[in-house]
Amino acid sequence: MTRKFLFALLAAAGLALAACTQKAHWRTDDIDGLMPRLAFNMTDDAGQPATGATYLGKTVLLYFGYTSCPDVCPTTLAKLAQALKDTKDHGANAKVLFVTVDPKRDTLSRLHEYVRAFGPWFVGLRGTPEELQALTKRYRVTYSYGKPDKDGNYEVTHSTAVFVFDGSGRSRLLMLPRDSAEAITSDLDQLAAGAGS
Amino acid sequence: MHALTAALAFLLPWEFFPAALVLCAGAAALYVRGLRRTPPGERPGFGRRLAYFSGWALIYFVMQTHWDYLSQHMFFIHRIQHLVLHHLGPFLVVLAQPLPVLARGLPAGIAEGVLRPFWRNPATRFVYRLLQNWLVAPVLFVGLIFFWLTPAIHFDAMLSAPLYLVMNWSMLLDGLLFWALMLDPRSRREGALIGYGPRIFILLLASLPQIYLGADIGLATHELYDVYTVCGRAWPMSPLEDQSLGGLITWIPAAMMHLLGVLVLLGRWMRSDQGSPQPTLATRHP
Repeated sequence: MTRKFLFALLAAAGLALAACTQKAHWRTDDIDGLMPRLAFNMTDDAGQPATGATYLGKTVLLYFGYTSCPDVCPTTLAKLAQALKDTKDHGANAKVLFVTVDPKRDTLSRLHEYVRAFGPWFVGLRGTPEELQALTKRYRVTYSYGKPDKDGNYEVTHSTAVFVFDGSGRSRLLMLPRDSAEAITSDLDQLAAGAGS
Repeated sequence: MHALTAALAFLLPWEFFPAALVLCAGAAALYVRGLRRTPPGERPGFGRRLAYFSGWALIYFVMQTHWDYLSQHMFFIHRIQHLVLHHLGPFLVVLAQPLPVLARGLPAGIAEGVLRPFWRNPATRFVYRLLQNWLVAPVLFVGLIFFWLTPAIHFDAMLSAPLYLVMNWSMLLDGLLFWALMLDPRSRREGALIGYGPRIFILLLASLPQIYLGADIGLATHELYDVYTVCGRAWPMSPLEDQSLGGLITWIPAAMMHLLGVLVLLGRWMRSDQGSPQPTLATRHP
């Protein structure tokens, strides 16, 4: 009797385990709960105050960059746009938060023009130096400014990662430049379907 | 004036962690109290006192100033941080042979009521003996370096604040244990867990995997630790340049600390009766 019960228990545990491992098959980096929940205080490109709570219920893709960025930022944003368009719900429940690490040059209107060009999923965020530092410190990313050239232009080195949070604000995935648009689409679909949670 | 405020700002903690302050300040305060209670004739010399205080000051500096910020965003600075936590800091502290002074500095109530029962507890003795075993100690010492430098593990440790703390504290505590075992001022006969000869052998042997790992990282032609690119560097530097420098720091200064340890042990061995070759020579050639 006890043995039968034990067998049943083991079988159930095995099934549950199999279901778990089958469910989530991420193609980008799984950082489930590794980083703190989505929280910040900033201003969005429409001039409205924005916090982590503003985007509760949505899948959030957090990215740090600047509008004068020569290659990495536009490439990344274009790839995200492509990936979101290809998801099952065409990204209806997702937002990409583009946080500028160059608030000196990136005014709200400039930020607004920039993100709008990539699609309806994009929101530009700008903060005071303190707000920006609090957010970058929270996600352990940093940025630094290069020397200005004779026209006053300078490059900014910054994080290349896209941090993905689920609707509850929990950190879930990390997407890197090496990840393809298809991989991103696949993972966003899985996340929307509630995989791994 | 601006430079001064910038320097002071640099000395403020990047992420304040009370335990680090309590440990470093507590260790210094205990030692000062112990010195005051030591008869002038028995007080350790200037060199030893300097070694003790600079060891803790260095440990505090790499953990609780903006050096910690730089360590999170530059691989080679992170390697210097670990060199201090795992090698240089504990080495200096232990080199000072601070135990008699610390024992005098400890308030009697804590010594009798807390420390003695804890130390006499069989479980404590067992764990201590296990960690300070001649095989376990060097394997743990080298193993921790390899563990935290495994690219996937390093990636997570640099992203997650709790894991980062575990990484740095494990390096510091293991460094203190290892160097306390290696630089024990006593000979085997006087109560050290391992004799001078085997300790020299362990120090030399344990430096070899670090030389290998440091060279492997320093000479690698592709990016092993991309977390610094992912999260952004503290100042513009190419990933491979940063990585090579970090590899060299893992390789050369670490190996030198082991050689320095060997020299210290040789000196002590020659001064102690255990290994002194003179008496045997004298009897052989009367």
